[in-house]
Amino acid sequence: MNPNQIPVWIILGYLALLLGLGIITSRLFKGTANDYFLASRGIGSFLLVMSLFGTTMTAFALIGSTGESFKAGIGVFGLMASASGIVHSACFFLVGIKLWSFGKRYGYVTQIQFFRDRFESDKLGLVLFPILVGLVIPYLLIGVMGAGVTIEKVSGGAFPSLFEGHGTGPTAVKAGAIPFWLGAALICVVVLIYVFLGGVRGAAWANVFQTIVFMILGVVTFIVIADKLGGVRAATEAVQRDNPEKLRRSPPREGEPMARYRGDVAVYEKKLAKWKENQEPKSKPKTVSEPRGISQWHFLSYMFIPLSVAMFPHLFQHWLTAKSAKTFRLAVILHPVLIMIVWVPCVLVGVWATSAVVGGKPVIPYGFSNPNAVLGVLVNRLTTPVLSGFLTAGILAAIMSSLDSQFLCIGSIFANDIVAHYIGRDKVTDRQRVAYGRAFVVLIVVVTYLLALTRPGSVFTLAIWCFSGFAALFPLVFAAVYWKGVTKAGAYASVLTTAAVWLWLFSKSGYGANREFLFMGIMPVATMVAASTVALVLVSLVTKPPSAATVRKFITR
Amino acid sequence: MKAVTYGLIVLLAILHQDFWWWDDSDTLVFGFVPIGLAYHAGISMVAALLWAAAVKFCWPADADAVEEESDFAASAEKAGGRS
Repeated sequence: MNPNQIPVWIILGYLALLLGLGIITSRLFKGTANDYFLASRGIGSFLLVMSLFGTTMTAFALIGSTGESFKAGIGVFGLMASASGIVHSACFFLVGIKLWSFGKRYGYVTQIQFFRDRFESDKLGLVLFPILVGLVIPYLLIGVMGAGVTIEKVSGGAFPSLFEGHGTGPTAVKAGAIPFWLGAALICVVVLIYVFLGGVRGAAWANVFQTIVFMILGVVTFIVIADKLGGVRAATEAVQRDNPEKLRRSPPREGEPMARYRGDVAVYEKKLAKWKENQEPKSKPKTVSEPRGISQWHFLSYMFIPLSVAMFPHLFQHWLTAKSAKTFRLAVILHPVLIMIVWVPCVLVGVWATSAVVGGKPVIPYGFSNPNAVLGVLVNRLTTPVLSGFLTAGILAAIMSSLDSQFLCIGSIFANDIVAHYIGRDKVTDRQRVAYGRAFVVLIVVVTYLLALTRPGSVFTLAIWCFSGFAALFPLVFAAVYWKGVTKAGAYASVLTTAAVWLWLFSKSGYGANREFLFMGIMPVATMVAASTVALVLVSLVTKPPSAATVRKFITR
Repeated sequence: MKAVTYGLIVLLAILHQDFWWWDDSDTLVFGFVPIGLAYHAGISMVAALLWAAAVKFCWPADADAVEEESDFAASAEKAGGRS
């Protein structure tokens, strides 16, 4: 057998296993909308821990963490992982449990149902619907694009008689690789099938399985790569010697070697000379940015990003599946540790990759400009096709464990907040609600898939803008569960301010083109959260308060 | 104890800023983990401990009340169904 096919068969085997799991969990499906969208509110502690963790960890947890630490050094862990450990658990504890209790008491299935009641406004649902769906779509794109690229990269040379190669440089596709469109479509179809079969319970079980898979494979990959680099000490010492700025957050000091940067510059100068000589390739080579470290303000303002989990519609849905309030306990406690277990090895591997040399040559060649491919290159060069196949299955597991919940929540929002709400709850049967939900999911998946084929920007940039939008809605949900004085007008002001500031800053960043965009030296999310909070508070203070009945219903103290 | 626990969580968020290891690339923990990374791994572990304390000392009693209400409603429904 062609050895390049080994990873492909492992991936296909893994996808078949997932479908098998979908068929098993479909036997537990009771046929009701409550069971399809909320697993009859019967999910236990372990299932909740793993499904919340699996849902919040996207492909970014494995490939993005390695790539970003390759680029920016170990500061990435504090920036994205330890901050999330504190803030995610805070959201689960302070917001998640409250929302679960309202869901249980008043029968909510979606966020919009809660906000409509809490703010005594039917139209607020119509304002929130496009914003929530609009922000989930980039999140879906992250997964679909990540899956297509991952399969394309790992399958190079597998089927040369079927697929031709194309392109040059880091985006080149080897002959025989499963094309992006096919890989992305395959993952969409697999996730759709198991979500259709088992609903949120199927997604929760798939998440448990997939989360265990990507955690184990992450650790195994770390051990194998460390061994190939001469052990953990030797790997870190090489970084200390050649690229010490990657082991801290401050910028390089004078006289430091900066071997990676100087190597990249040398390659750039060669390419530039060639380009000047005969204009080949057509586009001018991209300049190399000098390492700048991470500024204190950038680091601090990044802490606003994980607030987004309090407003993710798919997490809201997972919260409502909990059997009891006590079910949350394990998730609140273990979440920071689970993040650490996945991220520490990936960050170390990313940093080691800057300085790793095997057989006298750098493992990641100088001039390599695609950080998201660093993990894949390391695995291809330092391990076997079998491990490469398993690791890719792990990366796809991380992707699919987020996609499934997002598919479901979008279907749920449409079926419950639009169809059942406007046609009338009594006029839509359970079976019809599930059918509408499934139909809308298919529509959104097709739209997302078509958008993914246009490759709209970097996965990381998309994620940051999408998370920033959700984070800016945090003040709304926090006030809704804790503040008696928050008003309907305040809620509208907060949502509309979020939309306006988000669009304004997004346009200032060149619609995501400037990947390093900071507003006044801080992450745009900080400005969005501040603006949304100010609008919420000021407008609430001068407008008509909610009725006493509503306050009694939602504010317990 | 509730105020102390929440106070410690806020303190942890402040300690997360960690400007004291900002410029240190020389110190390695266990001979291979840069101190800036080890410190933040520690922050994650302390976060888990503090959230365990929050679960113990700051648990929202009203959430348990919802559970009791729905248990009561379910058993009343069952009893009604039997009669």
